[in-house]
Amino acid sequence: MKKVIVGNHAVSWGVKLARAEVVAAYPITPQTQIVEELAEMCADGRLAARYIKVESEHSAMAACIGASAAGARAFTATSSQGLLLMHELLHWASLGRLPIVLADINRAVAPGWSIWTDQNDTLAQRDTGWVQLYCENNQEVLDTTVQAFQLAEKVNLPVMVVLDAFFLSHTSEPVDIPEAAEVDAFLGRREAELKLDVNDPRAFGALTRPDVYMEMRLRQQEAMRDVFAAWSGIEANWEKHFGRRWGAIETYRTDDAELVLVTSGTITSTTRYVVDRQREAGRRLGLVKVKMFRPFPTELLRRALAGVPRVAVLDRNISPGHSGIFAEELRAALYDLPEERRPRVDGYVVGLGGRDVTPDVLEEIIGLGSAPKPAGDPEDLWVGVKS
Amino acid sequence: MSQTLLRNSIPQAELMESGHLACPGCGAALAMRLVLKALGEKTIVTLPACCWSIIAGPWPQSSLKVPLFHTAFETGASAASGIKAALQARGDDETTVVAWAGDGGTFDIGLQALSGAAERNEDFIYVCYDNEAYMNTGIQRSSATPFGAWTTTTPGDAWKHDKKKDILQILAAHGIPYAATATVAYPDDLVAKVKKAKSIRGTRFLHLLAPCPPGWKSADDDTIQLGRMAVHSRVFPLVEVENGQDWRITMEPDGDPVGPYLRRQGRFRHLSEEQVGTIQAQVDARWEVLKRRASR
Repeated sequence: MKKVIVGNHAVSWGVKLARAEVVAAYPITPQTQIVEELAEMCADGRLAARYIKVESEHSAMAACIGASAAGARAFTATSSQGLLLMHELLHWASLGRLPIVLADINRAVAPGWSIWTDQNDTLAQRDTGWVQLYCENNQEVLDTTVQAFQLAEKVNLPVMVVLDAFFLSHTSEPVDIPEAAEVDAFLGRREAELKLDVNDPRAFGALTRPDVYMEMRLRQQEAMRDVFAAWSGIEANWEKHFGRRWGAIETYRTDDAELVLVTSGTITSTTRYVVDRQREAGRRLGLVKVKMFRPFPTELLRRALAGVPRVAVLDRNISPGHSGIFAEELRAALYDLPEERRPRVDGYVVGLGGRDVTPDVLEEIIGLGSAPKPAGDPEDLWVGVKS
Repeated sequence: MSQTLLRNSIPQAELMESGHLACPGCGAALAMRLVLKALGEKTIVTLPACCWSIIAGPWPQSSLKVPLFHTAFETGASAASGIKAALQARGDDETTVVAWAGDGGTFDIGLQALSGAAERNEDFIYVCYDNEAYMNTGIQRSSATPFGAWTTTTPGDAWKHDKKKDILQILAAHGIPYAATATVAYPDDLVAKVKKAKSIRGTRFLHLLAPCPPGWKSADDDTIQLGRMAVHSRVFPLVEVENGQDWRITMEPDGDPVGPYLRRQGRFRHLSEEQVGTIQAQVDARWEVLKRRASR
């Protein structure tokens, strides 16, 4: 069934198709439509979930943690300040090895109040042990939401599905919504290996002394490594059922490229358009879209970018005092390549707080990317900033 | 109450093991033992940070024979909401979910989540074992610490000059089906209230006074005696409230003076007779209010 829906509702539909059993949520712009739609679905019986209308995002995550520990499939959605409020419990969910799925609408953090998009809310959760999947369009949002549950339950890690405020959350696109029965064949009911069970009483999360804590951390890290194979299997299966595959990363026209733009989120679509236009003008441009940010797809990116002379990373985020975060991660990932195969990585900070990243902005970057950088300038360039 | 009657009113089965890590004379350990006896084995406990995070035992051990979920400090009520929702989603309407928190996790950092859950009338029993300070971190004042008490953050002349928060009234104001106080010093009253709570659906709140020898600077073998004195001096009246409206005093206190109760605890050692008199006046005033409420 094809439907024209906004990105927020693509999440809701994904959660419905995944048959989430517990939803705990708190409103925040621009996420609210997700949980409003889920409330409708629960109210009219289309989704048989217990919906807990908590008094804060912190409690939303705590309720998801409790529900997931008791064996249910749990979901929440949030944005910006809400995600920041959850921070403590994001760690709890991951170290507790609880396969919760969270949709975050990327929204800039305050002050000043901003409801518009950038990635600093989710990237501030980089080290909480959540898988992070950034989406480019509403179809990808729906597919990824369903897949996220399967991935989470396969590796026992929580998964964050991420989409841009307004550019996706409130933008309508045609989305192919799979039949419930087809999705059921892909994703069965959650069967937790260990859970809170009166017939098998156990303690979870007890005091963990230095002689065992590190091993628990290692298990978490190993689970992160397992994500790549699990994701690849899930995508292959999804493609067989539904004919679509998004990849942990996507490479576009990179084969002979002199300059590859690295993107995430909706900037990708604009960049794809610009790459095509520049190709027509004879410029050898390519694109790599990073969908999976945690675990970081180091191997895939090395393979995609080894031997490319120049890489331009577009960061809709900033780590103050350092650089754009995707650029920083990519530089580290490529550092071990042999020098002659190692690209020069230029970072560009763009589009913070929802500022438009237009083809003009990208073309300016492409122009800068082929110009020699001032010697000894390690910092990213901020593009589209008023003087 | 005679020993025989006690034996008959309190279930024999033990759901808490020996070998737990509580201090000698810990009221909180006894509280858990009694509450679990009353609830039975179809119980899941969630435990925000508190003394019990330690008492329960380190991984991979547990001193409880029921499932136990350790959760973050401020999430007792919200985690319990989620656990109950999961059970309901899977068709289990029978298992009792308990959030088991100290006074810090209830009166202070967990109050928002508790208020939210109570407003939604989430179906669980919330037990606050109140030892009247942050005891696990080494005796810092909480909003449950009584007026006049020494703690490490209310030292010397800076003893606590603020009154204890009336948590029962706060919970009752949410109109929850059942809220009650109890103490380990009266196990029959405590067990009866837990059983009553178990028979009711919705948010049920139990405020248990749990004397703490290291924090109260009292003798290890004085826990029961102090609990009794707290009740009979009307410092901690035993009451229950149904639907936030019907208040009932479940044990008529003798109305003993507060002085002997305070003087038995090192944390009140510095108080002058005049200050003890101030506390007596506070206790008397609260008692008058409670009596009026209970007689309506």
